[in-house]
Amino acid sequence: MFTGNAARLVIDASYLLVAFLFIFGLKQMSSPVTARRGIIWAGAGMLIATVVSFAYPGMHNYPLILAGIGVGSLVAWWSGKRVAMTDMPQMIALYNGMGGGAAAAIGAVELAGGKAHGSVLLALAVIGGIIGAISFSGSLIAFGKLQGLIKKSWRFVGQQALNVAILVVMLAFGAWVVLSGNGSPAAVLVFFVLALVIGVTMTLPIGGADMPVVISLYNALTGLAVAFEGFVLGNAAMIIAGTVVGSAGTLLTQLMAKAMNRSLANVLFSGFGETAAAGGEVKGAMKPIEAADVGVMMAFAQKVIIIPGYGMAVAQAQHKVWELTQLLQDRGVLVKFAIHPVAGRMPGHMNVLLAEAGVPYDIIADLDEINGEFATSDVALVIGANDVVNPVARTDKSSPIYGMPILNADQAKNVVVIKRGQGAGFSGIENALFYLDNTRMLYGDGQKAVSELISAVKSV
Amino acid sequence: MEGIIAVYIFMLAAFTGYEVISRVPVILHTPLMSGSNFVHGIVLVGAMVALGHTDSTLGKVIGFLGVVLAAGNAVGGYVVTERMLEMFKSTGQRKPQKGSH
Repeated sequence: MFTGNAARLVIDASYLLVAFLFIFGLKQMSSPVTARRGIIWAGAGMLIATVVSFAYPGMHNYPLILAGIGVGSLVAWWSGKRVAMTDMPQMIALYNGMGGGAAAAIGAVELAGGKAHGSVLLALAVIGGIIGAISFSGSLIAFGKLQGLIKKSWRFVGQQALNVAILVVMLAFGAWVVLSGNGSPAAVLVFFVLALVIGVTMTLPIGGADMPVVISLYNALTGLAVAFEGFVLGNAAMIIAGTVVGSAGTLLTQLMAKAMNRSLANVLFSGFGETAAAGGEVKGAMKPIEAADVGVMMAFAQKVIIIPGYGMAVAQAQHKVWELTQLLQDRGVLVKFAIHPVAGRMPGHMNVLLAEAGVPYDIIADLDEINGEFATSDVALVIGANDVVNPVARTDKSSPIYGMPILNADQAKNVVVIKRGQGAGFSGIENALFYLDNTRMLYGDGQKAVSELISAVKSV
Repeated sequence: MEGIIAVYIFMLAAFTGYEVISRVPVILHTPLMSGSNFVHGIVLVGAMVALGHTDSTLGKVIGFLGVVLAAGNAVGGYVVTERMLEMFKSTGQRKPQKGSH
């Protein structure tokens, strides 16, 4: 049929353009200068893809399709505009889960409708369906954990064995669907329910601190699921975009796990994020200091390095920190921000939070850039960070964080730590930095302490 | 699509994704994860096609759910990525803004 072929040609040509726009957009997103344009290019690609897909030959159910797009878009647009920057990781998890769910739905429709022909396509539909369903339910659990809706971790003896058992039964049903050549709706249904269950039981035992790595993993998995369902539908745009995200997401997951000094297997199967680790005893005493003294110290410094942690964002102190920075800059002090890869809740999250407060990205340095500079800095101001500046990671082999790359704050002439009280940090490990001779503790709520510093610097 | 061509596409796209990401500075990791999350929102076109070619009631229900979820992935991913990237500014871009306050 001529019109059908012509439509196909237009669609295929458009998909080529769409694939180009996606890859070009992602490329642009790899530099802070062009990043904003990158997402707009990719967005244009998505719009084109959506519009031309209405022209697919033999399509019907248009009102349903339009209604579905309308409902999904409105809810996501509304929630995406409202979410606070501190809650961004769980929002990404939620949207990612939706993508996984969509990929699983495509697999289900193709299998239950008997649309996928041949064992290769059936197998691809089944595999894409499994991955998509796991990503869907797993991402929802990750969202619930980071949002504070799920507080327990549900660990019990024999849990891994149970997971393996469910996995085996699910794969058996998957194999049955492929081998029998026609997906009986009941078999397909059981199969998808089991895949959803695995996503839940896999994610529940993982602690909150490890969740970013898991979200990144599910992001890569959704990409793969989309690529597999793209094979089933013969849709090049889905294959390319899904595969690009699958490989990029895998790399990103590895980078994150490495920054946390964990292997991916360790994150998925051990459950570190919750258990309080003991660690060695630290000798000496913490030495307190008053805000006025810190103000003088910083006002007459040549170089100050600020090390923010998630605690700063929780205290909503980032705007005050930027105000303090500007005051110091006006006095001719060189101020830099040092960001550990896992500051915030996922790599780069702290940069987003600082950017929101107005801190320009060119005074923010990452670990490799800044670590050589601590020795030549007069003050290192630690606010809301703990494990990422703990020198035992370099020295104490018995410590659970041994080997993790840290910021060398201890090498600065003076270290000032803003901290609520004397307790141990998030991971329960004592911080040797707090006991060093060149370290002073400024006790108090992050926002209040920085406000005091601001008035101290002003009155110098 | 020819099977082997699809496998070629798969392989080349996998390398492309790896290369594009490998030079990204850590400061952009969160927006980039969000950006790649948006890109797999392309699943929307698949969900549209699946729903557009199904006739059974069950197929329509699942297909409709798929389209809703996929549209949420695409639109939500775009909105949050754009919001994050919009905030990244250099010292030069900051200064005039500071004066106007």
